[in-house]
Amino acid sequence: MSTQSNAIPQSALASGAGSYNEISVARRFYWLVKREVWESRSIYIAPLAVAAVILLGYFVSAISLPARMREASGMTPMAQGDMFAQTFGTAAMALMATTLVVAAFYCLDALHGERRDRSILFWKSLPVSDSMTVLSKATIPLFLLPLLTFLITVALQICMLLLTAAILLAGGQSLAMLSHLNLGITWIALLNHLVVGHGLYYAPFYGWFLLVSAWARRGTFLWAVLPPLAIGVLEKILFNTSHFGDLIGDRFGIGGSATSGKATGMLAMIADSPTLSSPGLWIGLILTALFLFAAMQLRRRQGPV
Amino acid sequence: MACIEARALRKAFGKTVALDGIDMRVEEGRILGIIGPNGAGKTTALNAILGLTPYQGELHVLGRDPWRERDRLMRDVSFIADVAVLPRWIRVWQVLDYVAGVHPRFDRAKAEGFLAKTTIRQTSKVRELSKGMVAQLHLALILAIDARLLVLDEPTLGLDILYRKQFYDSLLNDYFDRSRTIVVTTHQVEEIEHVLTDLMFMDRGRIVLHCSMEEFEGRYLEVMVRPEQLDAARALKPLHERQGLGRSILLFDGRDRETLSALGEVRSPSIADLFVAVIGKQPGQAQGAAE
Repeated sequence: MSTQSNAIPQSALASGAGSYNEISVARRFYWLVKREVWESRSIYIAPLAVAAVILLGYFVSAISLPARMREASGMTPMAQGDMFAQTFGTAAMALMATTLVVAAFYCLDALHGERRDRSILFWKSLPVSDSMTVLSKATIPLFLLPLLTFLITVALQICMLLLTAAILLAGGQSLAMLSHLNLGITWIALLNHLVVGHGLYYAPFYGWFLLVSAWARRGTFLWAVLPPLAIGVLEKILFNTSHFGDLIGDRFGIGGSATSGKATGMLAMIADSPTLSSPGLWIGLILTALFLFAAMQLRRRQGPV
Repeated sequence: MACIEARALRKAFGKTVALDGIDMRVEEGRILGIIGPNGAGKTTALNAILGLTPYQGELHVLGRDPWRERDRLMRDVSFIADVAVLPRWIRVWQVLDYVAGVHPRFDRAKAEGFLAKTTIRQTSKVRELSKGMVAQLHLALILAIDARLLVLDEPTLGLDILYRKQFYDSLLNDYFDRSRTIVVTTHQVEEIEHVLTDLMFMDRGRIVLHCSMEEFEGRYLEVMVRPEQLDAARALKPLHERQGLGRSILLFDGRDRETLSALGEVRSPSIADLFVAVIGKQPGQAQGAAE
């Protein structure tokens, strides 16, 4: 076979500049995020599985519900409602804890997995910048997981509510206390808690994990955890203080102080979520931006490990 | 416009110099084979061309600086770094969807057409495909991208001979036209010999030889010298001498065919033979580095 046999075909004309439709940034970003969800299916499988287990457990325990309601018949509907609110709150917290774990492991693998399996060379053969790739990966813990957690929690709680109502009605009991659940307000607070707290307030953690994932050759988890630990220990030895540890503890422990107080469930726990007006949130976001910028620079330079 | 233009291109990893200030120019519409022993700097050169690594010196690919404009450049450049870089978790339809989603010059129907000729199913995951099928899939993706430069770094490594043959056949029949440029490195020199329009030998970060195939054929001749004329042949300063079939085979650079035919049977050397002759002459280089 000879190269001479190839006459100049019409595609030579078609390959001229300007004959192709541009793909908008938003459209490319959409495909990048979609790619992440394809790769890391635990993003939705883990919370869905936990929700299914909770629902099953709730269903089993609901068999004894009429009996418990008769025992609690002396209580006000409000107190009865609190009893349910606590269960609903526990379910929401279990889901939040699940997606936080998913987010942490996702971030640690996001820029490391592609170097480990060499697929970074394929991704880089396509017209997508490193900055856009890193941003698409940061979108998962910053926005997608909080919103997904919210949707799954709401769906789960609606299922639990319907199940409770069905059982109470079948037992001929009053539904009055269910109106004290205040699910509507709780959901608004939950959305705020997830988007502002889990998404934006925790952002420096995600940014740091993504940076470690872009930098470490192996042992991403150790690199993510040990240096902060070392700083804390060093501070303790040198100055006998624990500001760094407190800083991280405070950052992570949003809403933690309220849970120990009144046992009114989810609403109290998420009542003191950080707000958009708190300076700490913005300082954290600046730090996140620095971490992500460093991750972009690293991805530009790093090849397969 | 030159497709690739490099001046004093240099890259060092610590004290190891991978590219020692090379100058090169590749015109559009050429098929260049870069051949060199392991560690010669081939992959480093390709990585620089593809914007995967920073470098010193000047480099323009299709008029762009690859390090600063990699994402923009990749609209016009395709590459297969290695057969094993498609992510193992991805499904065939997903990779088609994704490339169609981000690449303005990807023709999905064309890629599906290539895949239809194989046994690859769109619902399969890459991890379920054989090595040869993964190469076919990657090739189908690349052939469906209307790029101006295609870079192949050991594209057929680890494939059996059927796939290797198929690979280069589709490349020539379905892809190459005079407006495109292809740069390929491989150890299997004999498989690309008939495909190339240009040849480049690299060794220890330098370009040892760069010529077109016409120049190669005009310049280098190999003679199976008759024993009685061996001394006369050696007097003409051959580039290289080896034994084959009980005769001495001498390789000459720039001697005319008539002079040589008096000494014995004259033929064009293979690229592999020239490679051994040229690279083997480098001080400190083990002979037979070309596989």
